[in-house]
Amino acid sequence: MGTVILLALTGLGLAALYFLVASGLSLVFGLADVLNFAHGLFLGVGAYGTWWAAGNLPGAGPDGFGFVFAVAFGVAAGTLVAILVELVLIRPLYSRTIEQVLVTVGLSLAGVALLQATWGADARPFPRPDWTRQVTGILGAQVPNGGLLLIIAAVLVLGAILAFLRWTRYGLVIRAGVENREMVTALGIDVRKAFTLVFAIGGAAAALAGALGGVYFGTVSPGQGGSLLIFAFIVVVIGGMGSVVGSAYAAVVVGLVQQFVNYYGTSGLGDICVVGLLAVVLLLRPQGIAGKVATA
Amino acid sequence: MTLLDVTPAPAPTAPRPGRVHRVRPFLPLVALVVLAILPYSTISLPGIFEGPVNSPGTLQLLAICLIFGGLAAGYDLLFGRTGMLSFGHALYFAAGVYGTDVLITRAGLPLWQAALLTVTGGTILAALLGAVALRTVGIAFAMVTLAFAQVGAILVARDFGGLTGGEEGLPLDVSGLPAGLVGVTNTVNLYWLALAYLTLVVFVVHRVSGSPTGRVLAGLRDDERRIGVLGLDPYRYKLVAFTLAGGLASAGGVVYVLIVGGASPHITSSELTLSLLVMVVLGGPGTRWGPVLGGVLYMYLDHRLTAFGTSDAVDNLPAVLSRPLSQPLFVLGTVFILAVYFFPGGLTSLAPRLSHLTRSLRPRP
Repeated sequence: MGTVILLALTGLGLAALYFLVASGLSLVFGLADVLNFAHGLFLGVGAYGTWWAAGNLPGAGPDGFGFVFAVAFGVAAGTLVAILVELVLIRPLYSRTIEQVLVTVGLSLAGVALLQATWGADARPFPRPDWTRQVTGILGAQVPNGGLLLIIAAVLVLGAILAFLRWTRYGLVIRAGVENREMVTALGIDVRKAFTLVFAIGGAAAALAGALGGVYFGTVSPGQGGSLLIFAFIVVVIGGMGSVVGSAYAAVVVGLVQQFVNYYGTSGLGDICVVGLLAVVLLLRPQGIAGKVATA
Repeated sequence: MTLLDVTPAPAPTAPRPGRVHRVRPFLPLVALVVLAILPYSTISLPGIFEGPVNSPGTLQLLAICLIFGGLAAGYDLLFGRTGMLSFGHALYFAAGVYGTDVLITRAGLPLWQAALLTVTGGTILAALLGAVALRTVGIAFAMVTLAFAQVGAILVARDFGGLTGGEEGLPLDVSGLPAGLVGVTNTVNLYWLALAYLTLVVFVVHRVSGSPTGRVLAGLRDDERRIGVLGLDPYRYKLVAFTLAGGLASAGGVVYVLIVGGASPHITSSELTLSLLVMVVLGGPGTRWGPVLGGVLYMYLDHRLTAFGTSDAVDNLPAVLSRPLSQPLFVLGTVFILAVYFFPGGLTSLAPRLSHLTRSLRPRP
């Protein structure tokens, strides 16, 4: 029983990480039709920003309030990079989708290489607070606190994004833009501001995933973003493109399947099962769990 | 709403009468002959190659460049000619590399059997995975192919059944291979093999895109719904293109494993597929020679930039410059972004642009 609960909670921790990356991807995709390959870079910037701040910034550190400050710095850095990417690289290619995707591909190659050039290819130990190394006893299972922190953060982010989409003016613009961008533009609403906003939200969530993922894994390396990104893509497709709630459901399913199969089967089998799950979902429901039926 | 509005290839310039125009159709043949007799030359090109052209090191680099020229041309069948953005093409190449290596080294099959089985297996794999992935369109298709390719990377890295050697890779057991393909002195034969592969891919791709099927594929790229309205099944045509490109890629893997002498897990990475996309876009998607040029140039730069990055000239620069420049992918990624902005048609669009420029600069009568 204890093992099952432990696996479920660590699986949910992984799901939280996937959700943080996938929510931004899904929103950006839904509104702008851009598959953002540079999303892993935002994650890397968040992780390295937090790592750098904890070591170098006055007032920040691996413990207590200093850690909150370090994470805030990492998230701010990731958000800033995301906004810059949108303004400098994506916006000039407005509505030329394929070129936008290509630019993010180039950026993902160059950005990871730049991280590697600056801080080396090897994984660095991440400054995590002492209490995240400890475990909490839940129903007989000893659950690492780092995973619980991720779950709480993901639930808060999900709530914040849903509240933002439901009750604010820009949330309304984004929701309408996901439904039908041409119509929103025709009504005289500037969708470009919403693009920047969506990139900023996605960048912030990804950077938070980078910072908390550093706590979860204990290390930070340039390639971390890329490997998480592929599972985030899977989550986005299974959940239905453009749907944040769908991403949340899919992230939970993917995280749990991966964790349980990796434990009870061979290591690595869980990752393959996830892709198998993707194939099954596509065969039964090509538009994803929460996706709308395609009209074309 | 079409998600994949691939920039159409620039319209061919009106045929100009003159000597150049009459020679033009034969230029590929001339290039092939020049490439075929290249190993007989002993010219040294300092700065471009490390040793003379016929040295094994240079020939191996050239052979790898030719393989990737062929791979890029095969990938362009999907991306440039059909408008399918696949991010999993490296999987079929890796299937060729690891399939041949495992069948020769672990199962002890002779080369021709291993090659035949591998190419057949790679083609079937492409057909099966393509059949599932093609249920989605556009960006979702890209993500799904990427996910499938990731399974290949996991299978190779986790070393299931001890077949692939995991992180260390799997050196090719050369004892059963024909003597002419083994050893440093025989690099020239491998070079010719690579050249033959490139020629085969270019021939197949050009034959397909010139055929009625090729016209349907171009129609799918421009407007898929119209092809459906004409009563043709888009799914079937896309699957044919996907399977064919996968088979060609796995054949490239067979030649590659012979040239490199083993398989290493980095060829299964998603980075390699992204590189294929970069090659095609750098060269010019949907054009006759662009992808080949892009593939050759990219691989050449990738190898040479590593040497350039560790050279004294770069080391002496301040750390802010020398560190990024020592990463080939940083340079290539930046070049790629600039290319997307400033040369949307790729390298092959430069020629008409330049001729336009020289014409406007010429003094008017």
